[in-house]
Amino acid sequence: MQWLRRNLVVIAGLGTLAYLIVPNVVVTVFSFNNPNGRFNYAWQEFSLDAWKDPCGVADLCGSLSLSLQIAAWSTLGATVLGTMIAFALVRYRFRARGTINSLIFLPMAMPEIVMAASLLALFLNMGVELGFWTILIAHVMFCLSFVVAAVKARVLSMDPRLEEAARDLYAGPVQTFVRVTLPIAAPGIAAGALLSFALSFDDFIITNFNSGNTVTFPMFVWGSAQRGTPVQINVIGTAMFAIAVIVVVAGQVISNRRKKTALPH
Amino acid sequence: MTVTEAPPPVAAAAEPPVHKPSVRRKLVPYWLLLPGVLWLLVFFVLPMVYQASTSVQTGSLEKGFEVTWHFQTYWDAFRDYYPQFLRSLLYAGTATALCLLLGYPLAYLIAFKAGRWRNVLLILVIAPFFTSFLIRTLAWKTILADGGPVVETLNTLHVLDITSWLGMTEGDRLLATPLAVVCGLTYNFLPFMILPLYTSLERIDTRLHEAAGDLYATPATTFRKVTFPLSMPGVVSGTLLTFIPASGDYVNAELLGSTDTRMIGNVIQSQYLRILDYPTAAALSFILMAVVLIMVTVYIRRAGTEDLV
Repeated sequence: MQWLRRNLVVIAGLGTLAYLIVPNVVVTVFSFNNPNGRFNYAWQEFSLDAWKDPCGVADLCGSLSLSLQIAAWSTLGATVLGTMIAFALVRYRFRARGTINSLIFLPMAMPEIVMAASLLALFLNMGVELGFWTILIAHVMFCLSFVVAAVKARVLSMDPRLEEAARDLYAGPVQTFVRVTLPIAAPGIAAGALLSFALSFDDFIITNFNSGNTVTFPMFVWGSAQRGTPVQINVIGTAMFAIAVIVVVAGQVISNRRKKTALPH
Repeated sequence: MTVTEAPPPVAAAAEPPVHKPSVRRKLVPYWLLLPGVLWLLVFFVLPMVYQASTSVQTGSLEKGFEVTWHFQTYWDAFRDYYPQFLRSLLYAGTATALCLLLGYPLAYLIAFKAGRWRNVLLILVIAPFFTSFLIRTLAWKTILADGGPVVETLNTLHVLDITSWLGMTEGDRLLATPLAVVCGLTYNFLPFMILPLYTSLERIDTRLHEAAGDLYATPATTFRKVTFPLSMPGVVSGTLLTFIPASGDYVNAELLGSTDTRMIGNVIQSQYLRILDYPTAAALSFILMAVVLIMVTVYIRRAGTEDLV
């Protein structure tokens, strides 16, 4: 009993972690299922068929590559625009700073469906054809705020004296920016970019409203929930999880190595 | 950035340096802001204006819509759909409370007790994100399936009798009940609660805990008087990050719920994309926005962390 009380936090925390991980386990296990019928909801028998042929379902890999392209372009757009805004907000005092801060904050403080619907209202009124470009426009719009937030946090915690020192050492503005400012801000920019990529790749609500007949990966999964979920969806889900874990772990290992090699200097 | 800042002439260098920014330098922030802010103005603010105008239009898809300042739409929309509104707020509120309840121990564990396991646990919190959330929500259909191990276990323990009596489930089913929808919402937004909580807990100086212990505070008192108040910024932003998206969500209600668990997001989605009644859809989404913004403002005021915004 005493032991239980002392470890209550640990037990509750691990319980929550299990709640978070269980669906992933189910996704992984069911990627090896050989389902009976269109839906992959009940365990039948072990099979590697779906893993051998992940693109075996019509349109699945097409939607996947479309989502990757959209995520890549909107990450690029949002990261460039967002980083510029973040630097302007942290480094300069100017009028309208408060207004712009709220303008950046608002998209994050609004249910996604409100933005999705209003963009659709704009596109409908303008007679714009929905598809790749409207999705891209929407994704850059909602990723922007998250990049600004991530970069701002990093630049705010940066010591401005480092840049002064660079200038004292006769570095020009460009040199200062490229060799001092950018490397220090890089983790913030990288975090913003990573977040954009994940948000864009996984976005369903805004894409659902503004994609027309274009099918991104989340749209494909959504459609499959009605028509019948192929096992391949579980394969891709499992692969995404595995890749994410590998990337994150590799990043950890590299940064740990750097820390260790940096010490002797 | 100003690329061509020529070195000052020798004569000028003799004078004490006067910081008088040139006009061009003053314009730098505006140039930096221009593209991004323009993007937000055209694709975030302008759409709101269009949506506002759509909400006071009347007409039909065949004859076209026209602005007739028909504010009646707002009242009609609210009257027809207030059950869905209330349900959304109830579900989102419950899910947020559950997220806080479930997320706090995990955030606490990672911040103070994990030691060298800290990064592993953080990865485990973030990694599920990368499997599309729709796939994971579909996995809940498998987990909660009728006759599945979860339903059977809860049935044997008579838990489902209690939840049915409370109106959270129906008979011996979990799928297509309010409980399933709330469970899905809680699951999907949990990381948005854990990460801000973790960030604010991690900043706390652990010597404060020792100091509280030295002053004969029990662990419970230390938590109540020291840890929790210091984690308030995380609690506030975590609550907002879960409640706001949950209130407009329609994915969980669609995949895990039934027609009796429709939330306002489901209504807006079907009005816009299936029934094509644009004015009603626009009015509904403005009412949702207003309700959420008012609740968020009041909440932030009461939580006393205005500097968050």
